[in-house]
Amino acid sequence: MARMKFLCDADRCIECNACVTACKNEHEVPWGVNRRRVVTINDGQPGERSISTACMHCSDAPCMAVCPVDCFYQTDEGVVLHDKDLCIGCGYCFYACPFGAPQYPQAGNFGGRGKMDKCTFCAGGPKEDGSEEEFALYGRNRLAEGKLPLCAEMCSTKALLAGDADTVSDIYRERVTARGFGGGVWGWNTAYGSDT
Amino acid sequence: MSQQLRSFLAAVGLIAALAAAGYVAVIVGAATVIGQSETGIEESAKSDGWRGVRSGTAGRVSIPDPQAGVLIQSEGEIWRSIRNGPVTAAGAWSMFVMLILLAVFYAWRGRIPLAGKPTRREVVRFNGIERFAHWMTAASFIVLALSGLNLLYGRYLFIPVVGKEAFAVVTEAGKFLHNFVAFPFMAGLVLMFVLWVRHNVPTRVDLQWLRLGGGLLSDRHHPAAERFNAGQKAIFWIVILGGVSVSLSGVALLMPFAFPIFGKTFAFLNLFGFGLPDVLTPMQEMQLAQVWHAVVSLGLIVVMFAHIYIGTIGMEGAFQAMGSGKVDTAWAEQHHSLWAANAEESVADDDAVPAAAREGQG
Repeated sequence: MARMKFLCDADRCIECNACVTACKNEHEVPWGVNRRRVVTINDGQPGERSISTACMHCSDAPCMAVCPVDCFYQTDEGVVLHDKDLCIGCGYCFYACPFGAPQYPQAGNFGGRGKMDKCTFCAGGPKEDGSEEEFALYGRNRLAEGKLPLCAEMCSTKALLAGDADTVSDIYRERVTARGFGGGVWGWNTAYGSDT
Repeated sequence: MSQQLRSFLAAVGLIAALAAAGYVAVIVGAATVIGQSETGIEESAKSDGWRGVRSGTAGRVSIPDPQAGVLIQSEGEIWRSIRNGPVTAAGAWSMFVMLILLAVFYAWRGRIPLAGKPTRREVVRFNGIERFAHWMTAASFIVLALSGLNLLYGRYLFIPVVGKEAFAVVTEAGKFLHNFVAFPFMAGLVLMFVLWVRHNVPTRVDLQWLRLGGGLLSDRHHPAAERFNAGQKAIFWIVILGGVSVSLSGVALLMPFAFPIFGKTFAFLNLFGFGLPDVLTPMQEMQLAQVWHAVVSLGLIVVMFAHIYIGTIGMEGAFQAMGSGKVDTAWAEQHHSLWAANAEESVADDDAVPAAAREGQG
């Protein structure tokens, strides 16, 4: 069984934000919700790097651990998904997440939060695969269609890789060997533990 | 004082001290650990730039929220381990221990009786507005406590019983209740403070009361007390200070990222040499607010167990003081002798006829 992971090659990312746009378009994500974002560090300085980031689908996911209603679950492929019918919008997953992945539509009083939304690794949610209901709540279920996440598929420089961890890290290792340098697999220690 | 009693008191004191120390340790630990973003970072980050990212340095994003520029915030992991660890455990233990202590006390002491015969003459102990303030705060506190405890423990206690769907419905309702009932709670706090602060200034009488153990331990001692005895004064100040603290952190949680209070508080505490981190990210503010809110609330809940105990089954005649608002003069004499003297005088002035009439019937 594959273990799905994202890998962003910071030496390749050109901050075009196509992954962000692809994600928003594919899942018809509402305004103000950013399942994926591109962050530029050392902007305008030597050593500037950009990284596309979203939910990393952690092995020991902090969001799952702190959710008061236990609405998260992890698929056999390691994708962390959640049930919006259960979510109460408390925001704890956002406080716990190292990657700032959980997003909330503004809803209700006091700047209260609506149901949490986040990257699904294009794997939908607990509703029937490919159903309208699933699309409305979680977006497209590309994995069920045998496709990989659109952000990575769209990536013009192939900086963003998504798929089975072994394949993804093989590709990255080959690259680093060929070009002779690499910034490291960003975020992997945090998301998947130090043995990865 | 008997040997048995002394060891019981020592045990109570020890447990109270341990619980207090536990709370202080949890919050100071949380403040220091959450505030120091370098803690717990593994040696993975190779270059300086990556190390910066690993410890929470923000980059630039095109999203209007600058927080989105933070690639990795490690404090979340610390927050998770504190909330799911010591806060959950210490809260459960202190509630459990308090209930056991109260049960042991009840088994040993029973219901503290009214000394002597009731006179069947009543004095007003709490008037309408005072009882309104008390019960508004009490009712909202119970709703807040139950819905809050549900957030911390419900997942472990109720999901296995009722299932996730039913639990989520109840918990979401609880969240909304918690958000709205917070306001009558805060209003009640203000009202109680205004009504009762002048009766709750500690005096010399309180020392004597404390020295005699408040008359809790034996029927023979009835230490003198004013309108409120030292125990009630302690409850008053715990509720006011704890309530204000829980309200401030609650408002910070209610309106996420709008009321950062911990950076300023720590900066103030640093004047006394605490050395706490006073530059906090918005995320650290929220994490600390949650931990603080939970710890203070659990503390208040534990104290309220004892308050509810002594106000109901623990003491004869105590409940009616806040129930009907009137107490028997014998009860007033026994428990609040210094207040009773004044109160009865004013009753004699205002209310002499009905009191006399009642006496005649009796």
